[in-house]
Amino acid sequence: MYDVVVIGAGVTGSAVARELSRYPLNVCVLEKAEDVCCGTSKANSAIVHAGFDAAEGSLMARFNVRGNEMMGQLAEDLDIPFRRNGAMVVCIHKEALGGLQELYDRGIANGVKELRILNREEALEMEPNLSENTQGALYAPTSGIICPFMLNIAMAENAAVNGVEFRFNTKVRSFESHICEKCGEPVWTIHTNNGDVQTRYVVNAAGVYADELHNMVSADKIHITARRGDYCLLDRECGDHVKHTIFPQPTKLGKGVLVSPTIHGNLIVGPTAVDIENKEGTNTTAAGIADLIEKSTGHVRNLPLRSVITSFAGLRAHEDHHEFIIGEVKDAPHFFDCAGIESPGLTSSPAIGEYVGGWFKERLGVEQKEDWIGTRKGITDPKTMSFEERAALIKEQPAFGRIICRCESVSEGEILEAIHRPLGAKSLDGVKRRVRAGMGRCQAGFCSPRVMEILHEELGLDYEEITKSGGHSNLVFEKTKGEGRES
Amino acid sequence: MSTAYDLVIVGGGPAGLSAAAAAREAGLESILILERDKELGGILNQCIHNGFGLHTFKEELTGPEYAGRYIDKVLELGIEYKLDTMVMDIAPDKTVTAMNRTDGMFQIKANAVILAMGCRERPRGALNIPGYRPAGIYSAGTAQRLVNIEGYMPGHEVVILGSGDIGLIMARRMTFEGAKVKVVAEIMPYSGGLKRNIVQCLDDYGIPLKLSHTVVNIEGKERVEAVTIAEVDEHMKPIPGTEERYTCDTLLLSTGLIPENELSKSAGVELSRVTNGPVVNEALETNIPGVFACGNVLHVHDLVDYVSEEAKKAGENAAAYVLGGCKDDRSGKEVKVIAKDGVRYTVPVTIDPERMDDLQVVRFRVGAVYKNASVAVYLDDERIQKRKKRIMAPGEMEQIILKKDQLLAKEGLKSITVCIEQD
Repeated sequence: MYDVVVIGAGVTGSAVARELSRYPLNVCVLEKAEDVCCGTSKANSAIVHAGFDAAEGSLMARFNVRGNEMMGQLAEDLDIPFRRNGAMVVCIHKEALGGLQELYDRGIANGVKELRILNREEALEMEPNLSENTQGALYAPTSGIICPFMLNIAMAENAAVNGVEFRFNTKVRSFESHICEKCGEPVWTIHTNNGDVQTRYVVNAAGVYADELHNMVSADKIHITARRGDYCLLDRECGDHVKHTIFPQPTKLGKGVLVSPTIHGNLIVGPTAVDIENKEGTNTTAAGIADLIEKSTGHVRNLPLRSVITSFAGLRAHEDHHEFIIGEVKDAPHFFDCAGIESPGLTSSPAIGEYVGGWFKERLGVEQKEDWIGTRKGITDPKTMSFEERAALIKEQPAFGRIICRCESVSEGEILEAIHRPLGAKSLDGVKRRVRAGMGRCQAGFCSPRVMEILHEELGLDYEEITKSGGHSNLVFEKTKGEGRES
Repeated sequence: MSTAYDLVIVGGGPAGLSAAAAAREAGLESILILERDKELGGILNQCIHNGFGLHTFKEELTGPEYAGRYIDKVLELGIEYKLDTMVMDIAPDKTVTAMNRTDGMFQIKANAVILAMGCRERPRGALNIPGYRPAGIYSAGTAQRLVNIEGYMPGHEVVILGSGDIGLIMARRMTFEGAKVKVVAEIMPYSGGLKRNIVQCLDDYGIPLKLSHTVVNIEGKERVEAVTIAEVDEHMKPIPGTEERYTCDTLLLSTGLIPENELSKSAGVELSRVTNGPVVNEALETNIPGVFACGNVLHVHDLVDYVSEEAKKAGENAAAYVLGGCKDDRSGKEVKVIAKDGVRYTVPVTIDPERMDDLQVVRFRVGAVYKNASVAVYLDDERIQKRKKRIMAPGEMEQIILKKDQLLAKEGLKSITVCIEQD
């Protein structure tokens, strides 16, 4: 019997798991995919929003601003890359300048610090590639960029190190609850494809599926729409086209198509916003990409769109009221929702974790473990080292001298660490999200056979068993005829 | 290990090997080849089909056999090389930073550098092909490596986008291995590969080639399940209503090769926007004296024979540069070679009539298919050559030959123009 089962190992579930790992509790995370960070958390803008966008008084505003505040220290504790590059909301129509003031006022009310309104000249001086039509901009210096994979992975790893159990490839099918005869409290039985799991409390952090889980246990239905966003990622050679995260003025469909450097030096453009029925519909569309290109060129000029290295789509878990649903479900005691976590969900995740952790601390009357480890050392990154440091590292561990991914200069040593860490990588995408092998301009053309070889050797997987991302995403089939098969 | 060499060659594929041998034969002793793979030979090692060497050796060899001839030569000549070694940086002063497992990270001061890094394949992302991103989407060269080096089948039912030579070769190779290649779609109205490969790899096996077609959707969340292609209009936009859906488990891409010049950029080498390769003079020397380029890093070739020939020249010229005392002997009298009217680019881009050999090959590609048109060469306004060709296509590299005495005879020569003329 677990004290708490968290459903979903995305950024929200992992943040909650890490906070719960502080306490002497028996915690398990159930994840339907083969790895952490496989849903909404892996395909988003990777922005740590300042918090001026969310409605005053909303949970979104509260957790966004708090999450932003927490991010600097958290990134340091977990040894993940994060930088406050600042954001600008650009106004290109004179008559819409009032909108900037509204955003400013909302930001101040939400508690966002250091906000400033820039006139046209100031804005263009800070960011020369803004549209010629720029009339002014809202400037938010506290906005930042982060690696969404590493934030998610690091929080999950840290939770695991502190005793949280993770079960992958485990999909929840249904729930049952009964009152424990001994303690008189509710106990949940979770039926999964991998057997039943019993727990005192459930945390629902199931992303786009959070409504389905909620609706299994509550008469008070909620509805989440998968809101698809297409993105283009551009080559690192144009990563400095803009220095800040550049937004158009927001509309009711969201914050609009942003253009931003990424923490790894690429340029990201996106997302679009299309509501779809299919909660697995992460396909890009020609219309979506065309729309994206048209919208992105409104507020940023000379976008080097011929340098696109990949396009992808992510699904936002859009709740009908565009608000986070966080709390114990009224008609389902001991069932706790973290639902409707869409943008600014990534930013908010540490704050949601903190809040949920605090709730359980109080409810269960527990205190932080003395041996809780709040920090984590990231995967060795030779790129941040001096020539001498790197030379010394290779001397000690020769695997750091063998480059596997040429585009991102990822060595075998980094890949070995990614595989052998707690909650290590098991697939090509798992390696990619941890060390960026395959993330560069050739998009894994060069390194995939080499990473497959390493997965084969390190995990004892046959080639036929190696997948891109778990499930049936096998990369190769049987051996060729020359290898002993009858011809 | 010595940390100074007269010549460092980046890349041990056909270009690097030929350049190394030529430089040694021209009298240069201190040469080092740096190769990132575990064997010399480059991409030829996975090209196990035949058809290599017809020009160079007057016989038909497989890729590994062709590479083997040059590897033997390099070994005979006792040229130093390092395998499994990745060059991380080339500085403008020709300091080469590299690393491997045994030597760790190291720097070499070179007097001359030959860029012979080859090219890479254009990935799906660069084409913005809509759809899902499941397993089973490979560039043709990656699939070729999986089949020919690793010995595994990347798929059973295959659609190929792009008719580059590797894609055509893989259509045949996958068929040999029992896979069903359903269709090859090419967005352009002509093939990007050699005519002989269309005949020998597609026609002979009844594999349809659909020109002016592209992929408009990829289905399958985990592994490719189907691919939809559609015809495109003259602006390369898909025409609604022309969609055809193919169930398959694999999509191979053969949609273009990009010279791999990240290191050249860090060295400060000027690149051509057309070829994505270095801008070179008749000595195959870049804007940086003592830095030469050859092979697919310079411009993408169809035939390895021409790579070897070009690289031989780069090797000889690099040797001459070092043996001549590393002097920048550019006279400032270089004449521009202008690519015009259907000629997309030329290599070289400038020629110094005084420095050039008696005969100078200028290679180029055309931008469209031309039937019964002529290649014309002008010295300023004077046409000195006109050669009619039955057919010219972007997939086949063309060449003209210039004579030194003819260029020297032209007083005040300002430009050489290569163009296509229709009669």
